[in-house]
Amino acid sequence: MLFSLLSELSAGAAGGPGAPGAPAAGAPGGAASGTPAPVRAPKRPHALREGVARVLFATAAALSIAAVALICLFLLVNGVPAMAKIGLPEFLFGMTWRPANDLFGIFPMIVGSLYVTAGAIVVGVPGGLLTAVYLSRFARGRVGSFLRSGVELLAGIPSVVYGFFGLVVIVPFVRLLGPGTGLSVLAASLILGIMILPTIITVAQSALDAVPARYYEGALALGVDHEHAVFKVVAPAAASGIMAAIVLGLGRAIGETMAVVMVAGNMPIIPDSLLSGVRTMTANIVLEMGYAADLHREALIATGVVLFVFVLLTTMLLSVIRKRGEAR
Amino acid sequence: MSIAFNPRPRRPRFSPVACSPVLGALGAVDLAPSWFAEEDALEVRIARTARHRRAVSALLRWLTYAAAAVTAAVLLFVVGYILVRGVPALSPDLFQWEYTSENVSLLPALASTVIMALLALALAVPVGVGAAIYLVEYARRGSRFVRLVRVTAETLQGIPSIIYGLFGMLFFVTACGWGLSLLSGACTLAIMVLPVIMRTTEEALMAVPDSYREGGFGLGAGRLRTVARCVLPSAVPGILGGVILALGRCVGEVAALLFTAGTVAQIPDFAGQGIFALFDSCRTLAVHMYTLACEGLHVNEAYATSVVLLILVLLLNAAMRVVAQKMEVSKK
Repeated sequence: MLFSLLSELSAGAAGGPGAPGAPAAGAPGGAASGTPAPVRAPKRPHALREGVARVLFATAAALSIAAVALICLFLLVNGVPAMAKIGLPEFLFGMTWRPANDLFGIFPMIVGSLYVTAGAIVVGVPGGLLTAVYLSRFARGRVGSFLRSGVELLAGIPSVVYGFFGLVVIVPFVRLLGPGTGLSVLAASLILGIMILPTIITVAQSALDAVPARYYEGALALGVDHEHAVFKVVAPAAASGIMAAIVLGLGRAIGETMAVVMVAGNMPIIPDSLLSGVRTMTANIVLEMGYAADLHREALIATGVVLFVFVLLTTMLLSVIRKRGEAR
Repeated sequence: MSIAFNPRPRRPRFSPVACSPVLGALGAVDLAPSWFAEEDALEVRIARTARHRRAVSALLRWLTYAAAAVTAAVLLFVVGYILVRGVPALSPDLFQWEYTSENVSLLPALASTVIMALLALALAVPVGVGAAIYLVEYARRGSRFVRLVRVTAETLQGIPSIIYGLFGMLFFVTACGWGLSLLSGACTLAIMVLPVIMRTTEEALMAVPDSYREGGFGLGAGRLRTVARCVLPSAVPGILGGVILALGRCVGEVAALLFTAGTVAQIPDFAGQGIFALFDSCRTLAVHMYTLACEGLHVNEAYATSVVLLILVLLLNAAMRVVAQKMEVSKK
């Protein structure tokens, strides 16, 4: 800190900041005021080269802004007219999806996405959180490191492989449970629950690991045993990180496409039981985009817009949770 | 952060004793004279609470053990099942240079995967690393631009791959007029993995101690040279970790490629067409597997393909481990 302050002073003395755009340094108050300034470079003769590099790097950084802007722009430009043509209420709350008859109601798909996501949360969250607790506070030695690398492997397995596994193992299993083909809400929830496990485990575990040791030690000093200290003191202290883990899992589940398409049955109706087929918004896009044209195609893109809105909501929820966590 | 320690140990909530003092009292009244019961009840209650507490602890402990066991079992089952069914299905037929509907060869898809992933990384890595360098080394921390970039990167990270697929179809395929092609697919993938690379590079750069930068400046180097010669080299393992993660996402991606790269099962013909082969449609291994699984005609071949995909993932994980070890060493 002292060093950076000195270099800042010397940069100021050498005649202006090394970096254009930065305020003229010199007042020590600037360096001391909260925001840690990066170490300032002294002014050098290669000003042109430095300037070009700076602009290039800034452009690279701006590209991610451009990407988000372009994605929003293209989705909206192509999706919103269809919503207008169909009529927003008819589109969002219409119960029938029959492109051949120009009926484009995606309500069953919205409900389907929500059902399947809720199912995935029910399946994946309890096991995932408990596993995170295990990895963070209970695991010792070989078993822990084996499980940790196992979770990494689970995270790396492509979604088609999960979908295929669901198709050949979970769907026949669900078929045994009752009527229907086994392509169902239950099968989709199970496979999604497995898929969001690694996300939940890694995020929750790092939140638990980040809880200061003094919390745990304080609890022990008050005479509580290990399990109670972990569940009643450490876990509540990591609450915002654990919430973030759940919301991240939710985001993954609602956006997952290929695995769901392979096991969900894909009928565009509101499912009346766990064993009936379901079509999610993602599945709707993937299934029909290959051959859709005109209004049908635009309606599919509009489905993407609705999905995008859902995803943005989870992202916002996530940033709210993170901010609260930081504020505490 | 407020964790209030309750000085009095609270009674466990679900204890039948704690929940129903009435019942407990009734029992005491029933069994013995009241003066005797009162004296006894305190001791009994303390013992009960202790026993109860131990029981809850054991329950919690076994719950976490059970959850960990279930996670491990799921992992072993998924991987084991695919391997057991898939390894016998691997046959030399699957590794022929030409795909036909008889041999269902996966080699063209494998080659396309490698080309596609390398192309996507070639596009994403310079941009991602450059952006991270700007955020960490150039920009004033906490400035509005930096915050905007962070927010957009986070948004990008949360967008599901099907949305990338839609965007790629609308932008690269239609608006740019590249058609279903290697290039469209690679560009779509590049945007998809950009936040991963940015994030990991940023973290790696931030982990480099400021003394490195001060050393560079002290020797009279400019910012560019300091970054390139002093900071970047020690951040390389971290950046590599991000690149491997990105590679993993490229290899496994289907939804983003289905409508941008198409499903033609041929290797783009770089030898014959030169650079124009970029505009050939091709299917990656994951897309190949999806089409096989959906057609339902070649289930054994689908198993074999998933084994190859799993092996790729395992290799990437191993590479990740090596890189992580390098990082540990460089930290010391």
